[in-house]
Amino acid sequence: MTKLYKILTAKTLVPNIHLFLFDAPRIARKAKAGQFVVLTKDEKGERIPLTIADSDAKAGTVTIVFMEVGKTTRELGLLKTGDSIMSLTGPLGLPTHIENYGTVVCVAGGFAVAPVMPIARALKQAGNKVISILGARNKELIFWEDELRNVSDKLIVTTDDGSYGRKALVTEPLKEILENGEKISLVVAIGPSIMMKFCAKTTQPFGVKTIVSLNPIMVDGTGMCGCCRVSVGGQTKFACVDGPDFDAHQVDWDLLAARQRTYVEEEKQAMENWQCQCGKHS
Amino acid sequence: MPRQDAAVRAKNFKEVATGYTPEMAAEEASRCIQCPKRPCVEGCPVNVDIPEFIKAVREGKMADAVTVLKNKNALPGVCGRVCPQESQCEAKCTLLKQKAPVAIGRLERYVADWETKNKASMPPGAPLPPPTGKKVAVIGSGPAGLTAAADLAKKGHRVTIFEALHVGGGVLMYGIPEFRLPKEIVQNEINFVKSLGVELVLDAVIGKTDTIDELLNSGYDAVFLGTGAGLPMFLGVPGENANGIYSANEWLTRTNLMKAYLFPTYDTPLHVGKKVAVIGGGNVAMDGARCALRLGAEEVYIVYRRSEAELPARREEVENAMEEGIIFKFLTNPTRFLDDGKGWVTGMECVEMELGEPDASGRRRPIVKKGSEFVMNINTVVVALGTTPNPLIAATTDGLNTTSHGTVIADEHTGKTVKDKVWAGGDIVTGAATVISAMGAGKRAAADIDKYLTSL
Repeated sequence: MTKLYKILTAKTLVPNIHLFLFDAPRIARKAKAGQFVVLTKDEKGERIPLTIADSDAKAGTVTIVFMEVGKTTRELGLLKTGDSIMSLTGPLGLPTHIENYGTVVCVAGGFAVAPVMPIARALKQAGNKVISILGARNKELIFWEDELRNVSDKLIVTTDDGSYGRKALVTEPLKEILENGEKISLVVAIGPSIMMKFCAKTTQPFGVKTIVSLNPIMVDGTGMCGCCRVSVGGQTKFACVDGPDFDAHQVDWDLLAARQRTYVEEEKQAMENWQCQCGKHS
Repeated sequence: MPRQDAAVRAKNFKEVATGYTPEMAAEEASRCIQCPKRPCVEGCPVNVDIPEFIKAVREGKMADAVTVLKNKNALPGVCGRVCPQESQCEAKCTLLKQKAPVAIGRLERYVADWETKNKASMPPGAPLPPPTGKKVAVIGSGPAGLTAAADLAKKGHRVTIFEALHVGGGVLMYGIPEFRLPKEIVQNEINFVKSLGVELVLDAVIGKTDTIDELLNSGYDAVFLGTGAGLPMFLGVPGENANGIYSANEWLTRTNLMKAYLFPTYDTPLHVGKKVAVIGGGNVAMDGARCALRLGAEEVYIVYRRSEAELPARREEVENAMEEGIIFKFLTNPTRFLDDGKGWVTGMECVEMELGEPDASGRRRPIVKKGSEFVMNINTVVVALGTTPNPLIAATTDGLNTTSHGTVIADEHTGKTVKDKVWAGGDIVTGAATVISAMGAGKRAAADIDKYLTSL
């Protein structure tokens, strides 16, 4: 393959969560908050979508953050500074709609602090008062706390086990903020589907507009295959070109969850096969 | 032409047809009577000098045959395999009235394959003309784009092809399966186009990474849009988003481009049920069904709402599919998908159809038979109803006229759109059609672009 995308910096942020800074000027030039890239490690690799966590048009760099969940992300986790990958395509998807709404709440679940960062920053720059909630399972998995605080007027940190910040799910402080009486014009919630679903359920009674970034399985990421179809307001949408941002109150969460499980068996098989071949990694 | 036995080939992804032997090629070439009217050339959308290349084959001058062929056609290995010659060059052959026409397509394939095996004995190609200093951006590296790029490069223009995927070739790579069109052949022909000085930029989604106007403002003198028809159509019936229901585009892209048939050596998976139903009757439906068999499905159905006579697929592909054991359910239309309660498709409610009066397409319109509902138990569905152009380019380009079907309006003879400096051709203009018609459009547009650039 002729085109290689060099990893200028590879670092492990917390166990199983990695950051790559790519030399990708063509993408960096255009990337906006909320957009994603499709990455392919090598000729045998699969195409996986990852939200752009940061980009620098001047330096020509794009940052992505990923969590090890299957064979592909485990393999990516072994790459080091100076390594290259075969393909990086983007920016894809529609950017998050940014305007001065007033007061907004940004909720980041788990490693989704990465995709939330550029959105929170853009909202802040647009003049919003930004309240952010950063939730993780435990203290060990929290990263970019200071970075998110720097672009927020207020930051609330929660952990499931109480090992850091407040012992709560992100929906608890979210509900309190909504009950407090301050007018919240927008909630942006990004994280695992289940978390986004419950954030939607939390905000719905308050009638506060809530945006989520959906993460269905994709192949091309350009509207060609329909793998990423989701149902929003009873209509089928392709998350790659019509999204990835959608109105959380209109999303068919059960369908999304079911479709995300399409390849559970194959993913297990791929992992087992890989571990057999690379005994050293098992 | 020799083919792999149906029972054997239904289990592998190797090419179905194994090609002529030199003796067979010589014999077939000697059938051409070299008639002076050359009707076959007219039947070819890219006007290959057919009698000349066949004459060269007959005389054993294989390198000459290659040169004649490539003079007009940058993708002979592709065309020799997937062109519907029976409705083009061979349909015009003088011998057609007497007995069988000359097997032009098979000879074309033989010549292209000879070149692949005998690269070393090919004389260097004709030198390219001096650079004109004009730059052309070709969007999409499918058959239209590759043809336009090759023709423009041969005129001395500097051509850059922008491709959205990580591999060049467009539908030749993601759509048409390995067993009909080996990917190595596609890559060889792309390498030939690159050898003419064409630059291929991968991972570039025009409309996102750059817009058409940005390309024109950054120094390109002309743009050719050859982005095809990449947006899949679905049935729009209840339950269609269940797991196990694929668009043909996804099914074929996973299989061909991403090589899911080699999973887990390759990382992209595909979930293949025991019983697979492919909805539709075109070449893509045949490809989808035949892939399903090779991927290990036990029963594969083609479900088509009209009858056998109306199948839009090439007869040869229908016969191949039937021989391999694909079961055809004609006059059948799905109305709803059933699932197992966990999101996986388990069945398809269908109705029987009957044919009424001809519709706008000239084919008899299918009408639902009252009370004919029945359920087919299936585990995987491939929806192959056709495709429309991806709206991305039209949505991000000012001043481009499109039809209600999303196709770009362009002059039939020149490919010129209403937008200054922009031409278009292939499926983006016609809607889903054939490889060779896209190549013809690429060729006509290249001629007009060259005329325009020369006048500057």
